[in-house]
Amino acid sequence: MALRFEILGKFKRARASRLTLPHFVCQTPLFMPVGTQGTIKGLTTSQLEDIGCQIILGNTYHLALRPTSELLDQLGGLHKFMNWPRAMLTDSGGFQMVSLLHLADITEKGVTFQSPVDGKPMLLTPEDSIQIQNRIGADIIMALDDVIKTTVTGPRVEEAMYRTLRWIDRCIAAHKRPHDQNLFGIVQGGLDPMLRDVCVKGLVERNLPGYAIGGLSGGEDKNSFWRVVAQCTAALPEDKPRYVMGVGYPLDIVVCSALGADMYDCVYPTRTARFGTALVPEGVLKLKNRDMADDTRPIDPTCLCMVCKNYTRAYIHCLVTKDAMGSQLLSYHNLYYMMQLSRNLHSSIVEERFPKFVCDFLHQMFPKGDVPEWVCNAMEVAGIDISSCCAPLSSCQEYDSKNVSEEFIHCGRTDSNIGGHDRCSGEM
Amino acid sequence: MKSSSVQKALSSGARIGAIELANCPGVSINTPALLISTRKGLPYFTPPDLLPSLPSPDSHLLQVSPLHFLEGISPATIGKIGGIHKLIGLGDYGVVAVPRDNVHSLPECKGASKLGASFETPCGRLLIKPKDYVEMISCMRPNIWATLADEVPAWVTDKRNRTSVDRTLRWLDDCLALNPAVGSVFGAIVGGTNLDERKRCAEEVAKRNVAGYWIGGFGLGEAIDERPALLRAIVDVLQDEKPRMICGLGLPEEILQGIAAGVDLFDSSYIYTLTLGGFALTFSLDKNGNQDNFKLSQRGSDSTKINLRATEYRLDMSPIVDGCSCHTCQNYTKAYINHLYNVHEMLAQTLLEIHNAHHYLRFFRVIREAIQDGRFEEYRLTFTNSRREHYGRVAVC
Ligand SMILES: [Zn+2]
Ligand SMILES: [Zn+2]
Repeated sequence: MALRFEILGKFKRARASRLTLPHFVCQTPLFMPVGTQGTIKGLTTSQLEDIGCQIILGNTYHLALRPTSELLDQLGGLHKFMNWPRAMLTDSGGFQMVSLLHLADITEKGVTFQSPVDGKPMLLTPEDSIQIQNRIGADIIMALDDVIKTTVTGPRVEEAMYRTLRWIDRCIAAHKRPHDQNLFGIVQGGLDPMLRDVCVKGLVERNLPGYAIGGLSGGEDKNSFWRVVAQCTAALPEDKPRYVMGVGYPLDIVVCSALGADMYDCVYPTRTARFGTALVPEGVLKLKNRDMADDTRPIDPTCLCMVCKNYTRAYIHCLVTKDAMGSQLLSYHNLYYMMQLSRNLHSSIVEERFPKFVCDFLHQMFPKGDVPEWVCNAMEVAGIDISSCCAPLSSCQEYDSKNVSEEFIHCGRTDSNIGGHDRCSGEM
Repeated sequence: MKSSSVQKALSSGARIGAIELANCPGVSINTPALLISTRKGLPYFTPPDLLPSLPSPDSHLLQVSPLHFLEGISPATIGKIGGIHKLIGLGDYGVVAVPRDNVHSLPECKGASKLGASFETPCGRLLIKPKDYVEMISCMRPNIWATLADEVPAWVTDKRNRTSVDRTLRWLDDCLALNPAVGSVFGAIVGGTNLDERKRCAEEVAKRNVAGYWIGGFGLGEAIDERPALLRAIVDVLQDEKPRMICGLGLPEEILQGIAAGVDLFDSSYIYTLTLGGFALTFSLDKNGNQDNFKLSQRGSDSTKINLRATEYRLDMSPIVDGCSCHTCQNYTKAYINHLYNVHEMLAQTLLEIHNAHHYLRFFRVIREAIQDGRFEEYRLTFTNSRREHYGRVAVC
């Protein structure tokens, strides 16, 4: 085990902790930006430090193709290669293959896929995945799991869960650097509470440094989503970090943190930036919108980032989608927003004002009190009273997009027009 | 408002001077100087928070094309925000507004008419009239702005060339008559490859109430050997104490040629072109101009630059230039930039632009020192000859 996890504060199920990794001492809850190819969308590592990023994610599949894990190993690991002094996490590569390649097939041996280089069939076994991740050298590495779509039902879900458990032993056995790198196991089991339970128990028996909740953020409905998170966080050990994979909407992060999760990753903040969308306390701001052309306010007047301190919406409108600088500046702001959200979650829990933070957050995002029902349900389980920010008559109602101005579109709804976000689907 | 001043020339032809900016008293930018090329006011790939890592105050002159803003933001909004400096969040930088940027906004002589100048831009061909242009300038409030020019390539007829001079002078008068009362006006000088027209245009511009000169019509098909005579014809009739800016000279030899003729300010679209192609400047910044110690081991390179996309840099964990103090060389390796180019990541251009701009700004510093010490001609000869010898060696191998 190459980490230390100390809980600094708690409110009911929510916790704020100090997570000490080989390369950085992190504060949770935390959001991890995705740097698929050893870089995060035009930002330098000094900028990522300025923004406050603590852990960044690398995608094993992409890095194994280019520049290759052998090269990274030879040159001293990914940290040195990309000049990132802080913590790093790599995924197993399995999900990328299943989601990006049509001909991926999972057998007991591993994931078979067609090589994007020469089209030949290739096999990624749990042992291969760990060996590649050992070479890349991230602080946290992920076990290879049997990934299925969240929408899959029936015996395949059960098979995938048991296979994930069998593979974790192969991953543990293959892991050559347990004193430098932390292997996290991934809880699978679809939306079936029984299967999730078996998987959690099986993984906890292995006494891993940390656990991830996988198989979510793939288009399941929000009620199923939060219930799986709530079930897993309740069953996972208190003294180990819990990572919900692929979660990236600010609202989802607040809900999951209230339920006791600690870590998140998603391409959403940087991907949405490239489409001209900024994350703001009210939801999102579409900078491509014509109204922005003469709006002289900053993106978010309450934001202290370099972009909001210096630029108007009108200027960003003029840059977005046409010029590289536009998406760089928007990515900068969006990541700053996510880091600020992480910091606020941490400090509000430590300073024992977490419920107030949650209410303020929901009030800004849903000024009319139309907090989605699933959020109300999840908060009830989390033991947080949010009645003050829900509409007076019907305390919780389904949000109605006709009631809000065009300018803001709330995120976190599965049927919103923001578009789906895939679990670590890679930022291309 | 005083926004620029130039000291007296120190040696024949090449001269050193200084530009003072009204918005940052006490700061003066020494000339000959390189202007940082921008897209909509910000460097193409260098984010504003990394701009201060470039040599200072050398890097504090930005060249901005008002035409870039014709898509997306109105002059009125720029005015409401408080002008170009506020818009781009760089209050203590000098902004030089020039319609032609040599990258995305190029003169198109066929589209020009007596009404205004024509440019080929990403939003199509644009006809810019003096009145519209002066309105943009009034809203942007740059430190320096060049007047509209009807630039023509080297191959046009004498008649067309004469027309271009006539129009450019008329638009200069129009711009001055509209008097936006902002910044220092640089009068545009054209005349193509015709010595008499160049001289006529320069003489006329010199008679006007301008703070400096913008020399256009270069880099448009003329032979490199034609330039010294053309530049001499222009510079001879200009007032010494006013700064001279040129557009269209980019390569190190071209810069040296321009400086030898007495030009003070240059654009850096050359840096943009290099960066886009994956090229990193590596030529020697030796104070005497000697290029002999350049190691010619790399493929896809000449004696001034290397191509970081080449596979030989895959495992190269050294910086682009050993001992370079730029942000890129201090933090990143050739192997990493090679990877970024391979996977088409934006950061590749960001890191390379920082190095290239840094390297070229240092080159200008070395040149200024050579002028100051009275050994510019010597420097230029050594630089040019050792590069030429180099090409000789390459040809033999
Ligand atoms: Zn911001
Ligand atoms: Zn450098």
